[in-house]
Amino acid sequence: MADDPKSVSRRDLLKHAGLAGAALTLPSGTTPLAEAEQARPAATAPAMPGGKREPVENLTAAEADLLEAICARIIPSDANGPGAREARAAHFIDRALGGALKDQRDTYRSGLAALAAYCLSSRRQPFLELDARNQDSVLIDVETGAAASGGFPAASGAFFNMVRTHTLQGTFGDPFYGGNKDFVGWDLIGYPGIRLNVTPEDQRLGARLTPTHKSAYDTAMFNKAEADDHAH
Amino acid sequence: MPTNLKPTDVVVVGLGAAGGISVLPLAQAGIDVVGLEAGTWLTKKDFAPDEIRNNVRDWPMSVQKAQQEVPTHRLNAKAPTTRAGSHPMMNAVGGTTLHYWAQSWRLNPWDFKVVSETTKRYGASRIPKGSTVEDWPFGIEELEPYYDKVEYETGVSGQAGNIKGAIDQRGNIFEAPRSRAYPMPPLRSTGFIDLMTSAARGLGWHPFPGPASINSRPYQNRSACMYHGFCNKGGCHVDAKHGPHLTTIPRAQEMGRLKVVTRAHVISLDVDANGRMTGVTYVTDGQEFFQPAKVVLLAGYTYENSRMLLLSKSKAFPNGLSNNHGQVGRHYMSHGQSASVTALFPFNLNAWYGLPAQGVAVDNFADDNFDHGALDYIGGGNLWVMSDRRPISAASMGTFGRTPNWGSEWKAFVMKNADRTNTSYLQKTTLPYESNFLDLDPTVKDPLGFPVCRITADFQDNERKVAAMAQERMTEWYNAAGAIATQANPIGSMNVTTHAYGGTRMGRNPETNVVNEWGFSHEVPNLGILGASVMGTSGARNPTLTVQALAWRTAEYLAKNWKNVTI
Repeated sequence: MADDPKSVSRRDLLKHAGLAGAALTLPSGTTPLAEAEQARPAATAPAMPGGKREPVENLTAAEADLLEAICARIIPSDANGPGAREARAAHFIDRALGGALKDQRDTYRSGLAALAAYCLSSRRQPFLELDARNQDSVLIDVETGAAASGGFPAASGAFFNMVRTHTLQGTFGDPFYGGNKDFVGWDLIGYPGIRLNVTPEDQRLGARLTPTHKSAYDTAMFNKAEADDHAH
Repeated sequence: MPTNLKPTDVVVVGLGAAGGISVLPLAQAGIDVVGLEAGTWLTKKDFAPDEIRNNVRDWPMSVQKAQQEVPTHRLNAKAPTTRAGSHPMMNAVGGTTLHYWAQSWRLNPWDFKVVSETTKRYGASRIPKGSTVEDWPFGIEELEPYYDKVEYETGVSGQAGNIKGAIDQRGNIFEAPRSRAYPMPPLRSTGFIDLMTSAARGLGWHPFPGPASINSRPYQNRSACMYHGFCNKGGCHVDAKHGPHLTTIPRAQEMGRLKVVTRAHVISLDVDANGRMTGVTYVTDGQEFFQPAKVVLLAGYTYENSRMLLLSKSKAFPNGLSNNHGQVGRHYMSHGQSASVTALFPFNLNAWYGLPAQGVAVDNFADDNFDHGALDYIGGGNLWVMSDRRPISAASMGTFGRTPNWGSEWKAFVMKNADRTNTSYLQKTTLPYESNFLDLDPTVKDPLGFPVCRITADFQDNERKVAAMAQERMTEWYNAAGAIATQANPIGSMNVTTHAYGGTRMGRNPETNVVNEWGFSHEVPNLGILGASVMGTSGARNPTLTVQALAWRTAEYLAKNWKNVTI
């Protein structure tokens, strides 16, 4: 389970910066994420392949960091290539929380806070400072409901499934919405991209198609208004 | 007080698959029509190939009247009521034909005579207990000329299996005789569909390409299909997929006989003291209008047709319009569309493109096409395999229990298998039962304060047995084609669906049916009803072409019998 070397080095950085989180005395029940996050160094947008991370639009920086780390475990960057981090799935979700997913904004806020608190109370470390294996074990607790006692307002499994669903949308959806950056999601599963006129040859068994690497909105053919409503 | 508008001959409530077709035969007869539509006009510029917008966020159906009126559902009169998050139909000129799959089937002959044919072949005891099924008031031969009319007027691609009794093995050998071939050849096949076709032949079955209301070649100045893969819940970017907004509606407008009013939200169907229709009342931008008409054609979706009737109470009809026999909302059916089978193959299927209507059908196990003598159910299922895949849905595939649902192991599985699965579409006979019906929800209301429709319905033993049989045959078919794993999916519930039937059933007996054999109310002579709400059986295939043939027939009857209907 090789991890993205860049995120590993970030974890190392956090480790060396001091494990303030581990020493914290935890209040019972939900810790607001902001409070929990004060425990760790003010660091640090996650290292981004090819440059700086996008500014957050609807989440707080701490929420965005945590969400990014969760997405990166759902679809990891590994020996098989890039994952949700490179696709910018968390950016897709952050943006959508101001539009199509705005009704879920509070669910994200409380769910991320509950996850952070659960992690601190059960693992004695902030999620971002755990290694991949331990991050996975926390997420399994959340997915299976074992973390339900940690203050999740709804069933924790429902929260996990929601994040998973949105991570897939942000990784494999049209780049217009802020995810699937550089078409990494489509390349990952071999989707050859949008073709407005598909030939019989394109539908033959064994056909080898060159990826088009186009968004639906790269052409002037389609109205963007409705999509914009959903994107922002 | 509503503003009184200029009277017209006919007002059509809803310009979707049914109402949108009816306007042309009326216009051709010189009858003036006002078409009231809750939605707006959309064009091919609105139909981007965008899975997030179309499929994930249900754009075609969002910000629509229908979304505020999602019916509630309960399994039976004692079960708790739930409400789905969204309505699968949309409001627009052309209605749900904008984003439907466009499979364009004629029913099979048995569907019109379930009671008499079952009784003749197996005995009356074989009609399932509690079923209210009746024979249709006519056989398929009565509807054939209207099927033909709609196929040529709107453009349907397909391979005939029976032209005037001459069987053609390339088509559906079980279909009723048709008067001529389809106006266009079938949509083309694909490598994977060829493979499935060969496998079906190897099993001794009769596979054939299904009919589609999509151009396989240019037709009437509309483009041929481009097979781009975003047809499912998406509109067509080249207008190759038919909807009445492209044909019958503009043709009626060009004749100067049709006035289309968009964003018109009809709130009541109005009668005089004698119980005859006087017109309808609608709201647009908060203003009320009364549109007087000599005849009203109610052409909403199945749920809305029953609901509008039940909401339109008057002295003459204290329990709802045309409901003095208590039949409105009865004989509800929702097609068995679930209970599919998903297969995993050991090679890529290259199914990234195509459309749900591009595929291969097997009808050997549908209707009464096989002997039920030793079986404990009647009816059957149509097996359908298609080329339809989009990236988010592909990545969301099940893993057949082979990996967790996320993480590196899952990622490796999806990378390998995203193009190696196929989910079939199995449509099964669903019969009407005393216990399955529509009425008004006692508590849930729309934003105007009107109760929404409530569905009380559950699949019965017959439907469950048919589903199990269809899944067995489908699994056999996938295995013959080389699948390495298969999974039978759950039957689901009879909650809100795109294939909903009944509520205003057609039949000669006014004690058990709302409309007569021509689609006009038994109780209100100048009220016609269009849509699958008049169908008394579901068949094992998509309803739209039958809905359109019936709509044409009702409109033609009105034109030919104008004086009798309006007297």
